[in-house]
Amino acid sequence: MTRQMTGAEMVVQALIDQGVDTVFGYPGGAVLPIYDAIFQQNHIKHVLVRHEQGAVHAAEGYARSTGKPGVCLVTSGPGATNAVTGLTDALLDSIPIIVLTGQVPTFMIGSDAFQEADTVGITRPCTKHNWLVKETNALASVLHEAFHVATSGRPGPVLVDIPKDVQFASGNYNAPQPSTSHYQPTVKGDITSITELVEAMEKAERPLFYTGGGVINSGPAASQLLRELVAATNFPITSTLMGLGAYPASGDNWLGMLGMHGLYEANMAMHGCDLMINIGARFDDRITGVISEFSPNSTKAHIDIDPSSINKVIRVDIPIVGDVGHVLEDLMKVWKSRGRKTNSAAVANWWSQIKEWQAIECLKFTQQGKVIKPQYALSRLEALTKNHDRYITTEVGQHQMWAAQYLGFEDPNRWMTSGGLGTMGYGFPASIGVQMGHPESLVINVAGEASWLMNMQELGTAMQYNLPVKQFILNNERLGMVRQWQELLHGERYSSSWSESLPDFVKLAEAFGAKGILCSDPDDLDEAIMEMLNHDGPVLFDCLVEKHENCFPMIPSGKAHNEMLLGDADTQGAIDAKGSVLV
Amino acid sequence: MSDLNLKKGTSAKSAYNLRPNFSDIVERHTLAVMVENEPGVLARVIGLFAGRGYNIESLTVAEVDHEGKLSRITIVTTGTPQVIEQIKAQLGRIVTVHDVHDLTVEGPSVERELAMFKVAGDGDKRVEALRLADIFRANVVDSTLKNFVFEITGAPEKIDAFADLMRPLGLVEVARTGVAALSRGI
Repeated sequence: MTRQMTGAEMVVQALIDQGVDTVFGYPGGAVLPIYDAIFQQNHIKHVLVRHEQGAVHAAEGYARSTGKPGVCLVTSGPGATNAVTGLTDALLDSIPIIVLTGQVPTFMIGSDAFQEADTVGITRPCTKHNWLVKETNALASVLHEAFHVATSGRPGPVLVDIPKDVQFASGNYNAPQPSTSHYQPTVKGDITSITELVEAMEKAERPLFYTGGGVINSGPAASQLLRELVAATNFPITSTLMGLGAYPASGDNWLGMLGMHGLYEANMAMHGCDLMINIGARFDDRITGVISEFSPNSTKAHIDIDPSSINKVIRVDIPIVGDVGHVLEDLMKVWKSRGRKTNSAAVANWWSQIKEWQAIECLKFTQQGKVIKPQYALSRLEALTKNHDRYITTEVGQHQMWAAQYLGFEDPNRWMTSGGLGTMGYGFPASIGVQMGHPESLVINVAGEASWLMNMQELGTAMQYNLPVKQFILNNERLGMVRQWQELLHGERYSSSWSESLPDFVKLAEAFGAKGILCSDPDDLDEAIMEMLNHDGPVLFDCLVEKHENCFPMIPSGKAHNEMLLGDADTQGAIDAKGSVLV
Repeated sequence: MSDLNLKKGTSAKSAYNLRPNFSDIVERHTLAVMVENEPGVLARVIGLFAGRGYNIESLTVAEVDHEGKLSRITIVTTGTPQVIEQIKAQLGRIVTVHDVHDLTVEGPSVERELAMFKVAGDGDKRVEALRLADIFRANVVDSTLKNFVFEITGAPEKIDAFADLMRPLGLVEVARTGVAALSRGI
């Protein structure tokens, strides 16, 4: 049905028709008509952030925890450029978000008008797709297509740039129809390749599932199928940072996270396996270590919805292009129809090898003395919150890796972290987005003090909307990961990696009207965490931790999976000149 | 620290043994990319090559289906087989790209390029330029008493050869369209 309305009204109507309930944004001159339309309705809740970067990360947090696309609304010029980091973050982590930007009126475009920026030009490489809408009559179809593109195939961020005159003018609005555009990615995998993988699984002596964010993006059914497949085959499973929760951390076959700061057993299994089944991961450089030494004796299968992910970094033997959920369903069918075979004797041997690696207990630590070890802080946080309906976000750095190592995720969509881009300042606004999507749940942002300060202004947002997000800051007064690399790579010359002039976090919290808790004694930690959990409102938890703790295990730059450092004793000369030029 | 002491490629199942077709030899491929003719589509394609460090040897673009709003971009690029595969996959990822055809591997194809040459000179050189143009089936599309403008169509190699011949005869300026290519047969 076609209806007449203004462009601004179309934006609101399209969001309603697409099932959007929350928009994160910040007003400005070029989006005032849309804000006026939002003011005059009650279907969509607008969350006023304190910086546009926060809006995008909040939308990411909302999207990752709910499985629905996140939506942002920002103004032209600086509003749009401030959104760029969030867009790039969402692109690298394949998160479906729709960013709507205001633009100067069409007749002023190109004149260097006030708050004009070439938004589609700037965001072209950091969106999955973007549009500049020059006619009100085209607006509805572009908005609906934006949702289609953001959520289909490999999800990602899209941007729609809407000039102010297009928002004011009237035009025809059409309700969403199933997309007829050319963009319809393949979701079913090629059955011949799937059968080839099943044959390899039947014969494999040292098989390993290596799963990633693609499982989570595919939806809860994919995680369920993965669990069934792992249980039925008894193959071990490891996951990337992005994929945590697809398989439960308490599951029998779980080896823990792999990669640069992954678990010893997971990395050794990657190195030693003879069949690697990559499900929705992309052989990121944090995962592979040095490529020439990466899992040298394995047949590699790769299931990915994005054909460009296959053979991009690692050459694979069995490529399967398709949606993880669809492919796993077919894989199960084929495997069952062929008699549910595995080489169980060999797999049992493989497991006994893995048990030896697990016996090393690479995450072991000793809490002694009066200084809190960050590992201890997270172990206590895990113990005291694991039975809650809990969502975790993180910032970026050592605390992020420790959170991935020491917290257990039993379900998908419970873990929101900036994996690909590594955006410091992601976690706090993301936690706000998560809490908006799950008002009754416990939402904790595990942070470092430096990362947290990057988007600290969002404490105002948390207060305004009474979002009881818990900011668990591991405060070592250092850029811990930078400091660690400087120790290992740059002769212990700690160039600019100190957090000088830190605020008093308790007073900072109080200045915003939030609660602040300071904890520096391991004996007080449990009680302090309980105080944080019991407070109904945002809490800034300043946990003073050991300042020079390093994050292990660690695969040094330029090294292979089986050359992990397990502790400080291993670090002498660990990274050679060739490795030091890598990131 | 390794308990396994494995060496790369010692197993028959190693990926490095199974994919000998991925050589490190740089190849030249001609790609035909069908795109929606909308603003910014060329910027997306060029931005992909620039952002990911791929080579462009030649690029032509024009609308070929007005009703369907389709343009055809012909790109000549170079890279190892793995890079060429990536280029095709990355192009295929662009939302407004409909099809990517690798004319170099999808059977025989014909390539043509149009070029214009301005050649200035007098006396013998002028006569010689005209004589060679005739041999190469180049047409004179403009002429003054001091120069000719030749138009020539052909495979890029033929145009290169013609350029080499014109250089000593007073070549002033060259304009080339880049390659347009079609597969043979249906």
